[in-house]
Amino acid sequence: MARKQSTRRTIVLTAVAWTIGILLFFPIFWTAVAAFKTESDAYTLPQNFLTTPWTLENFGIVQERSDYLRYIFNTSVIVILSTLLGLLLAIPAAWSMAFAPQAEATSKLSGWTWLAIILASLVICFLGLYFTDWKPANAFVGIVLLLIFVVPASLWAWTRRTHDGLLWMLSTKMMPPAGALIPIYLIFNRNGLVFKDWGWINLSDYNIMDSFWGMVPLMTLLNLPIIIWMLFTYFKEIPVGILEAARMDGASLWNELARVLTPMALPGIASTCLLNLILSWNEAFWSLNLTNKYAAPLSFFISEYSSPEGQFWAKLSAASIMAIAPILVIGWFSQKQLVRGLTFGAVK
Amino acid sequence: MATRQAQALGRLALAPSVIALAAWSFVPLALTIYFAFLRYNLQDPDNTGWAGFSNFYYFFKDPYFLKDLINTLLLVGSVIVTTVVGGVLLALLLDQPFWGRGIVRLLMISPFFIMPTVSSLVWKNLIMHPVFGLLAGIQRLFGAHQPIDWFGTYPRFSVALIVSWQWLPYAALILLTALQSLDEEQKDAAAMDGAPPLSYFYHIVLPHLARPITVVILIETIFLLNIFAEIKVTSVGGFAGNLTYLVFSQLNDATDVGMAAAGGLVAVVLANIVSAFLVRMVGKNLEA
Amino acid sequence: MGTISLKKVRKAFGDVVIIPGADLDIKDGEFIVFVGPSGCGKSTLLRLIAGLEDMTSGKIEIDGHDVTDVAPAGRELAMVFQSYALYPHMSVRNNIAFPLKMAKVDKGEIEKKIAHAAEILNLTEYLDRKPGQLSGGQRQRVAIGRAIVREPKAFLFDEPLSNLDAALRVNMRVFIMQLHKNLATTMIYVTHDQVEAMTMADRIVVLNKGTIEQVGSPLELYNKPRSLFVAGFIGSPKMNFISGKEAAQLDAHTIGIRPEHIDVTASKGLWNGTILLAEHLGSDSFLHVDASDAGRLVVRAPGEFAGKPGDKISLKPVSDRLHRFDSAGLALARG
Ligand SMILES: Nc1ncnc2c1ncn2[C@@H]1O[C@H](COP(=O)(O)OP(=O)(O)O)[C@@H](O)[C@H]1O
Ligand SMILES: [Mg+2]
Repeated sequence: MARKQSTRRTIVLTAVAWTIGILLFFPIFWTAVAAFKTESDAYTLPQNFLTTPWTLENFGIVQERSDYLRYIFNTSVIVILSTLLGLLLAIPAAWSMAFAPQAEATSKLSGWTWLAIILASLVICFLGLYFTDWKPANAFVGIVLLLIFVVPASLWAWTRRTHDGLLWMLSTKMMPPAGALIPIYLIFNRNGLVFKDWGWINLSDYNIMDSFWGMVPLMTLLNLPIIIWMLFTYFKEIPVGILEAARMDGASLWNELARVLTPMALPGIASTCLLNLILSWNEAFWSLNLTNKYAAPLSFFISEYSSPEGQFWAKLSAASIMAIAPILVIGWFSQKQLVRGLTFGAVK
Repeated sequence: MATRQAQALGRLALAPSVIALAAWSFVPLALTIYFAFLRYNLQDPDNTGWAGFSNFYYFFKDPYFLKDLINTLLLVGSVIVTTVVGGVLLALLLDQPFWGRGIVRLLMISPFFIMPTVSSLVWKNLIMHPVFGLLAGIQRLFGAHQPIDWFGTYPRFSVALIVSWQWLPYAALILLTALQSLDEEQKDAAAMDGAPPLSYFYHIVLPHLARPITVVILIETIFLLNIFAEIKVTSVGGFAGNLTYLVFSQLNDATDVGMAAAGGLVAVVLANIVSAFLVRMVGKNLEA
Repeated sequence: MGTISLKKVRKAFGDVVIIPGADLDIKDGEFIVFVGPSGCGKSTLLRLIAGLEDMTSGKIEIDGHDVTDVAPAGRELAMVFQSYALYPHMSVRNNIAFPLKMAKVDKGEIEKKIAHAAEILNLTEYLDRKPGQLSGGQRQRVAIGRAIVREPKAFLFDEPLSNLDAALRVNMRVFIMQLHKNLATTMIYVTHDQVEAMTMADRIVVLNKGTIEQVGSPLELYNKPRSLFVAGFIGSPKMNFISGKEAAQLDAHTIGIRPEHIDVTASKGLWNGTILLAEHLGSDSFLHVDASDAGRLVVRAPGEFAGKPGDKISLKPVSDRLHRFDSAGLALARG
């Protein structure tokens, strides 16, 4: 039952709330206004934004000069493919954690033993790198040496009990990009700064810097923990009995996932996709560092307007509006479903 | 409980994700640690060698390190204070009945959906530009001849302002959700008891919000430690750069892989301190 | 064919033993009811047979084949869950068709089987609805439809009627019994309701704390309960138990007598008592009697019995209906 309240109080609240709402929204509104002004009027906007004429020309010019459509195409490819790839990896994983959880770690080794094994393998890996070459220039040697470390570490992660595995996955989302930038940059680099020598295959022509081959998996990995996490919480709400019924009815794992679980969890999967869409659409760190042309998304496209000689404000505004409009609308519609993903479920 | 067969299948179904995430988190980390002990500059890529701790030594001695470390902490701290305090107030406001609540809510959360590069450029050029910006216009309206050059004079404040603008809606949205889960009955009971608003807030609302506020602080910290686009795009890296930016510029401008890697490790350590707390909180919720 | 046998089936969740060791042979076409109080492990036993849980040790054979390591799908059993477990996103038609699709039955055949099942189950006009748009009874019938189209070796029911109201429950009970008669397929039916067990079963399996107390036809259990637990569980109202001096006179630790096996006489009964409460049901009257030596007894009297609280009466047990139990709760031979 709502509490009664006086009309006067409502009026005051309404006034305060609208003022704050408009203030917060104002930069976006202002950009939208500038987008519809001519370039010279845009500079004098504060003085006379109502009196100057409106125009649509900026949008055409932005497309013509900077090929906006190419960037939104790139963004869409990266966002959509990475979301699909993410779902493909995450649905089985979340199914496993929600419906076949492991109450105990499957390995008998203690935490200290694992720590010792992993540290030892790291040292062996480093010694190997050190004695074969100062940097992992030979790809095969480099990869084998890295595997010495990665295999035990993955085994450790794989044999955790479900809750710990889930938390480990979440913690990978918390790794700062600055910590991963250097190796990723070098591995992705155009001229193959590490892993460049593949012996008989000349891979220096096939680099993944500034390509979808690099950006799509990267974006998938960036958001995979959140996708798995969100799907896990949605799957937990589905009664196990229905999946058991499917099992009794003779469904294989594939049919159980594709025909029963996925359709039932569709609303949850949709919210997960929306959050993923927003996060990867707006991703800037890796986009700015790893793309500049072929696979460059909208966030890169906008950053190109930051150079001083490129101060065309009306066009900057038009480009900005075109870059944010789709995701803003999606955000408006899905805001209530996003909370779960945005807090890792730590707020109910 | 599932059968052994189902659990075996479950382990298999989990494997691709685990492998992907393990590769993603362990390979870069291992290489970063490795590079941090290497003499390795991209200008002279063949001249490499064991560097011992000298990368760390020079990274810590770099005057930018201390400055950027302080900037990092200032940015994280100021944005968190602003957004949490502002977020609580906004959430309290949005929880009240008034006309057009849905629309105001949409207006308020919008900044969160704006990509960082866009918000940086919009704030820098359209709002805070010393000549053509909206704030300069307003200042002139009040008779100022020399409007403030925000990014030139107060670069740290300006970056913090943009970032706060982006994250305030986040805090407000989460806290509002938490507030709405506060029992209607509890609210009614407090109203019946005639609890004065301040003591009601202090004794009922604030304790209820303690946990979501902690979560907001932790999650924001993790993201705010990594602020990059706002600094790069507004070109204030020299004055208001943070650790992330410093690592980027070591790699990009100084092309010093070893130093950059050492910096990256410092960032990893910082982030881990926070994520340890966050993971523990999430874990508690998972068991409940 | 549908013979099922359990050999030393044991189930523990971690350290907690739920089923210490169960042996049971189920014949083809039999209607078997697992009955016992809630939490005694009925569902667990059924799920072990279905393959939804692993045994800790032991063996399950279906038609003579060891299925211990066979996944649920491979056991060719059909299960009707307490919560029905219908697929909420599929129409009734697709719910029923699902197991057939999984078995790759061809389209025409599927259509035929659905039509047939829908007719038997009175679901024809609901085929295109979603489960959410059906009543509880209809959902129950869809769940049964989904089970019968597969023509399984045996049906497993886990308290299928517990979510229905009383009137519907009686209808469905009759319906399931008819279904069993028509199909002549083995059915295992789990319930905590002894009335359901008595009316439906060919043979009843009484479970107590995961242990099989007794297996037998309803009348066997009624007439010759092997333990105090079975004696108390089967029959309504419950059998009266008397221990102490009265029991010792008959060389037993406890004696038991059902309310319907005590005659009310004007005088010279074995026990004298005072009526505390009289429940007049019309067909019968149940009297709660304080019979000083024997303690409190429930007695069935004819419907027109006129006694009221406070009246003194005398009670006489039908002597060959007295059950004697030793101190371990096991039945002693009739003496
Ligand atoms: N997955 C499980 N883990 C641990 N204990 C369980 C599990 N499933 C059932 N139990 C326990 O086993 C006992 C029997 O349960 P159940 O077979 O469902 O009883 P019933 O169907 O007879 O009511 C209960 O005490 C229950 O708590
Ligand atoms: Mg049960």
